[in-house]
Amino acid sequence: MFKRFRQLFRNWAFRRTVETGTVVLNQRRIYIIPSKQGLAFALVLGLMLLGDINYNLSLGYVLTFLLATTAGLTMLYAFRNLAQLEIHAGHVEPVFVGEQARFVFHFNNPSNLARYQIHLHDDAGNETIFDLPERCSTPVSLSIPANKRGWLDSERLSLYTHFPLGLFHAWTYIHFDVRALVYPKPAAPQALPAASAQDGTGKVMAKGDDDFSGLRNYVSGDALPRIAWKALAREQGLQVKQFSAQQGYSLWLDWALLPNIATERKLELLTRWVLDADAQGLMYGLRLPDGEVMQQHGTTHRAECLRRLALYGMGDK
Amino acid sequence: MKLTAPLIYGLIASILLVSAPHAEHLPIWVSAMCVALLGWRGYLAYSGTPLPSRWLLLLITIAGVAAIGIGFRTLFGREVGVTLLILLATLKLLELKAVRDATVLIYLSCFIIITNFFYSQSIPTALFMLFTLIVIVATWVNLQTGALALKPRLRIAGLLLLQAIPLSLILFVLFPRIQGPLWGMPQDAYAKSGLSDTMSPGSMSKLSLSDEVAFRATFSGTAPMRSQMYWRGPVLWDFDGTTWKRGQNATLQKPTLSDVGMPVDYTVTLEPHNKRWLFALDMPTNISVAADMAPDFQLLNRTPVNARLRYNARSQLSYRANLNEPPQQMKRALDLPRGYNPKALRLAAEWRSNEKNDEAIANTALRYFNQNAFSYTLEPPLLGTHNVDDFLFTTKQGFCEHYASSFVFLMRAAGVPARVVTGYQGGEFNELGGYYILRQADAHAWAEVWLKNRGWVRVDPTAAISPARIQSGLSAALPDNAALPFMARNPPQWMRELRFNWDALSNQWNQWVLGYNSERQFAFLTRLGMEDITWQKLAMNMLAGIFILVGIFTLILLRRLVVRQNDPVQAAWLKVCKKLAKAGLARAPHEGPEDYAARVSAARPHLADAMHDIATRYTDLRYAGTNDEGALRAFKDAVKAFKL
Repeated sequence: MFKRFRQLFRNWAFRRTVETGTVVLNQRRIYIIPSKQGLAFALVLGLMLLGDINYNLSLGYVLTFLLATTAGLTMLYAFRNLAQLEIHAGHVEPVFVGEQARFVFHFNNPSNLARYQIHLHDDAGNETIFDLPERCSTPVSLSIPANKRGWLDSERLSLYTHFPLGLFHAWTYIHFDVRALVYPKPAAPQALPAASAQDGTGKVMAKGDDDFSGLRNYVSGDALPRIAWKALAREQGLQVKQFSAQQGYSLWLDWALLPNIATERKLELLTRWVLDADAQGLMYGLRLPDGEVMQQHGTTHRAECLRRLALYGMGDK
Repeated sequence: MKLTAPLIYGLIASILLVSAPHAEHLPIWVSAMCVALLGWRGYLAYSGTPLPSRWLLLLITIAGVAAIGIGFRTLFGREVGVTLLILLATLKLLELKAVRDATVLIYLSCFIIITNFFYSQSIPTALFMLFTLIVIVATWVNLQTGALALKPRLRIAGLLLLQAIPLSLILFVLFPRIQGPLWGMPQDAYAKSGLSDTMSPGSMSKLSLSDEVAFRATFSGTAPMRSQMYWRGPVLWDFDGTTWKRGQNATLQKPTLSDVGMPVDYTVTLEPHNKRWLFALDMPTNISVAADMAPDFQLLNRTPVNARLRYNARSQLSYRANLNEPPQQMKRALDLPRGYNPKALRLAAEWRSNEKNDEAIANTALRYFNQNAFSYTLEPPLLGTHNVDDFLFTTKQGFCEHYASSFVFLMRAAGVPARVVTGYQGGEFNELGGYYILRQADAHAWAEVWLKNRGWVRVDPTAAISPARIQSGLSAALPDNAALPFMARNPPQWMRELRFNWDALSNQWNQWVLGYNSERQFAFLTRLGMEDITWQKLAMNMLAGIFILVGIFTLILLRRLVVRQNDPVQAAWLKVCKKLAKAGLARAPHEGPEDYAARVSAARPHLADAMHDIATRYTDLRYAGTNDEGALRAFKDAVKAFKL
């Protein structure tokens, strides 16, 4: 109940608009309140002041006032730690259910002032902490677990800092128009359906699986045996070997031909097959109740198929 | 944020720094234990060994608290409180679990600093406080920044404190002062040293070993001669054979002065001594604080002086004091303990029969001291039961209390009313500050006899044997001054000057920082032109001052956020873009100068020439490597000439 009220209050008090482009943190967006430690420190200061008055300790007054003004100044420091940062949302790679979606935000600090210990977190408690040196821009990624296929919204994120003494909590909300595409979780490995040779192409072009035709970047879901480990060892990143024979063999991954199982299971199975077919370099097409993807192969084709599976039945293409 | 080793070291340093000034009054075993515990904690952090078990810590804590309780015989009171606080803070460091514990320790450190001010509030203490604060704040910053190195953290801490100083100054000056105490104070709350209201052989000489300042005095006109500077303190009447005491005055009658002359006005800043008496030159007539004048001309404050007290007073150096002393007081002034000092009694009886009046008897006594090889020394031989006899006829060596005591004894024995007066004599002039410093070493005892038609007359028997004591001070009067405190000896000139400078500075510090109470605040603000000071007004001014300063600070602190365009070419180009943006032709982020110029020309044909010219110049300066002054100036002129 309390949580709900808090949410209502927050929605009422703080803007809830979704933003695009570059956001600059100005004074209208940064909120500051004393933290719990700040309140406790105020209490300590109060006790000290009482002692000063009672024992007539002039130097005690000096110390108390010095600490009090220092504490007050940290409010400005906290504000300054966030102010004038420029943020824009970066590209989010699609992920499978069960993986972490990495939302990337590009933070730019155009000022001559280093920023320390900025926390970026969402309401569910996923958090990342970073520093921003002066005149520097850096991508910051926040990992949010993907639990459902479809679009994963970053929701409204909080950006806060307790720098320098933890007495004040300065924060702002950012809500960018970014979302991650979450593919269904691939089902357990299962044999591909038999190839249909209706169009008569068959294995015409199958010159052999071993005709190495090049490397492409790894896409999650690629089969392990195709990863170019040598390239990885040369520190060229995770890459996958491609073979010319891949164009040889074609099949349809057809929803209608699946056994009678739950929709989600069907999607998971199809996802598995798309991945396998792609890994084996086959020509494949996807037939879903709401349309089909023509037989093709390649990264773009694979992404399109997975996208159709991810968004199946969501009315959002 | 994890509890990293640098953070632990910072906390250890903070605790060490805040406890160090307490080392001299903590029980030695507590200091040793704390140092050992801190060392242990440092080693644990260094080696990465896990912390000791809860049970062991609990055991140490209980043992420590019990030992302190037994040692002090109580667990309440200031000294015990401070000791416990330091021990517990040290132990807390050994069970550091979370960031919250570290925060608690930081707050505790701040609190322990303040407890040190019970003992000292001098300038070195203040400087040490600043140093400690930097270390504490740097550690505190570490709590929030984690991996940041020590140097930038120290920089942040130093800057923070530096910026806080002007603001806290405003608070210090304008914060409404409330005269404490707010609640009852423990007995050990105040320092105590100085004259007491009893005098026995050895009490004055013990005091004269102390370099501590008793009070400082500034004369508003010319200062009286040194031989007239008798600062009157407790007057002692009752003698029991060894000790002189103040006793109870037998009258409530106010003392009277007649035929007064030679007035002097002066200001005294009295160090707290936790007794009621105030010091004034013989004989005081006015005083600016609420004080009572006892029948023996002793000024008594209404409450014990437990904070530095400043008062203005006026004294008359020439006077006839209490010509009509009531008989019951006269009786006290003649009273002697029975069965003591038979030889002295005989000597006095002899004087009585030979001399015609009281004044002649007093002079005879002084002559006696002067002519019988008496000497003035800080370390007189021990005296027996008949101490006046022993002193007068055997040892003949003594300090001021011996002379005053035996003189008054002889006077009373001869039937002359007399009493002992204690106080301070002389003082050291600080040329820099223009004031006299009276140290405990200047404590003195003299006598007063009551003569018909003259009232109470000051007689200083010490002056009879050692005029130098009165004329030039203690060090001149003593042959061997090894036992004297540093300042009472004769140090080299440059050292004297250094000490004078330091004392002048300390005096200003005492007056303006430590002595800044509601009266001082009132006086200071009135001098600044504030009228009708009430605390509401103070609060308003304080807030206004803070707002102004905060505003300035905000500007200074946030100034660094503004990104200044240092490249003149870019700055000029941005100026053009801004002008056009106002006219609704903002440059898109992706748009190059050529494209932009083309778009602007299409929208506003009359600007086409100027715009193309500027864009070309800009691209030349920017990208074609044209870099001479002339081209830049021409570009700037073109920008200036550009009108919509």
